Amino acid sequence: MRVALVDGGGTNIGSVSYALERLGASSRLTADPGDILAADRVVLPGVGAAGAGMRRLRELGLVDVLHEVQAPLLGVCLGMQLLFERSAEDGGVDTLGLVPGEVRGIPPRPGVRVPHMGWNSLVDLVEDPLLTGVEEGDRAYFVHSYAAPTSAQTLAATEHGGRWSAVVRSGNRWGAQFHPERSSALGARILRNFLLEVER
Amino acid sequence: MTLARRIIPCLDVRDGRVVKGTRFRDHRDMGDIVELAQRYAASGADELVFYDITASPEGRGVDVGWVERVARSIDIPFCVAGGIRSVETARAVLHAGADKVSVNTPATQRPELVGELAEAFGVQCVVVGVDSLRDEDGHWRIRQLTGSPDATRALEVTTLEWVRRVVDLGAGEVVLNCMGSDGVRDGYDLEQLAAVREVCPVPLVASGGAGAARHFVDVFREADVDGALAATVFHDGSIPIPDLKQQLARAGVEVRLDASPAPTQEAS
Repeated sequence: MRVALVDGGGTNIGSVSYALERLGASSRLTADPGDILAADRVVLPGVGAAGAGMRRLRELGLVDVLHEVQAPLLGVCLGMQLLFERSAEDGGVDTLGLVPGEVRGIPPRPGVRVPHMGWNSLVDLVEDPLLTGVEEGDRAYFVHSYAAPTSAQTLAATEHGGRWSAVVRSGNRWGAQFHPERSSALGARILRNFLLEVER
Repeated sequence: MTLARRIIPCLDVRDGRVVKGTRFRDHRDMGDIVELAQRYAASGADELVFYDITASPEGRGVDVGWVERVARSIDIPFCVAGGIRSVETARAVLHAGADKVSVNTPATQRPELVGELAEAFGVQCVVVGVDSLRDEDGHWRIRQLTGSPDATRALEVTTLEWVRRVVDLGAGEVVLNCMGSDGVRDGYDLEQLAAVREVCPVPLVASGGAGAARHFVDVFREADVDGALAATVFHDGSIPIPDLKQQLARAGVEVRLDASPAPTQEAS
């Protein structure tokens, strides 16, 4: 199986490839359109801000390429946020538009710390191959200040001063707001499902 | 169910090995960093902090070789502290696979560093460690260069002002090390932590003073911190993390209990 890890310049790219390694899968870190389009699975990781993330994808000529990907695509953290149409970060950024909806800032208030950092529960699970074996209340490691409100695309939600999308799907595109590569057994389960349970 | 309070073991690292002892002498080798990291991850630690004591005193940077080895081998987040004075060093550590970097003394010497790190990597990667002690006038003030007793200096800025300032500059998390309770194992400094909590809108981690499981219950309940860091009680086995988590859960503190084994090697 060819797994392409899109090199969008984020700092957690190593961690994602190590997590795939722990599952016995090798991945190729690449910004090459041919590699990405030939892959059986495409992962769009990302840490950082939406503005810089989109700028980098544009500079690399990858915006159209990501639209052309037919294989299952998984966006992780910022990578998931970039799948949406727009993000409020950096004064407002048009993002990839592969999943309907927008990303907003999590409003801080007493008791609701921003960034949302730590292990939170996945709730309101929708049956999906990506969530095979995942149970209501399982915890994943989140770290983010922006988030997508829940919508028809939400497969799992999490609660932090409101309900936010933790896992989304639109067609063959999935997104995880948390870091599966740092979410212990739950994260490994989701990455494994992305490799083995979701179909082309 | 909502966000869990985090239990964070802190490991001192020198030359790629975990060591124990007073910060700059009498180091005892505790073992291989990867083995210990994996053991803590398997026992239910929510996150690890590695404090590189090789880095600080001699003014060296962090050796990223061990950072990469840890990143490959564990599936929980970890933070690297010690020796990070520039965006370049932080980048090397984050690229090696650390999830966060923590700065302490360098931030007191050049506060702009906090903003530079946040700008380069996002606030979620930037932890500011604060060493704090109550002065005779009753105010808590920060200390720098605390690794070496001879070099430690008290600064004018109060702890509350400093925490407000580093959050404004771009700290995504604050670790407050209460030096008055550190090493005494008589409980966290609840009064100080609660006061800092009032001015800290980002996650706050308590450090210094853990000696018994009830100290963790108290610090989450009384000071409303997001995480509690400790070293000795975890290293010497006096507080096993699974027992601590159970006790916290029974006391009504939200914690992560699930620790089912990860699937391995079947996806090749």
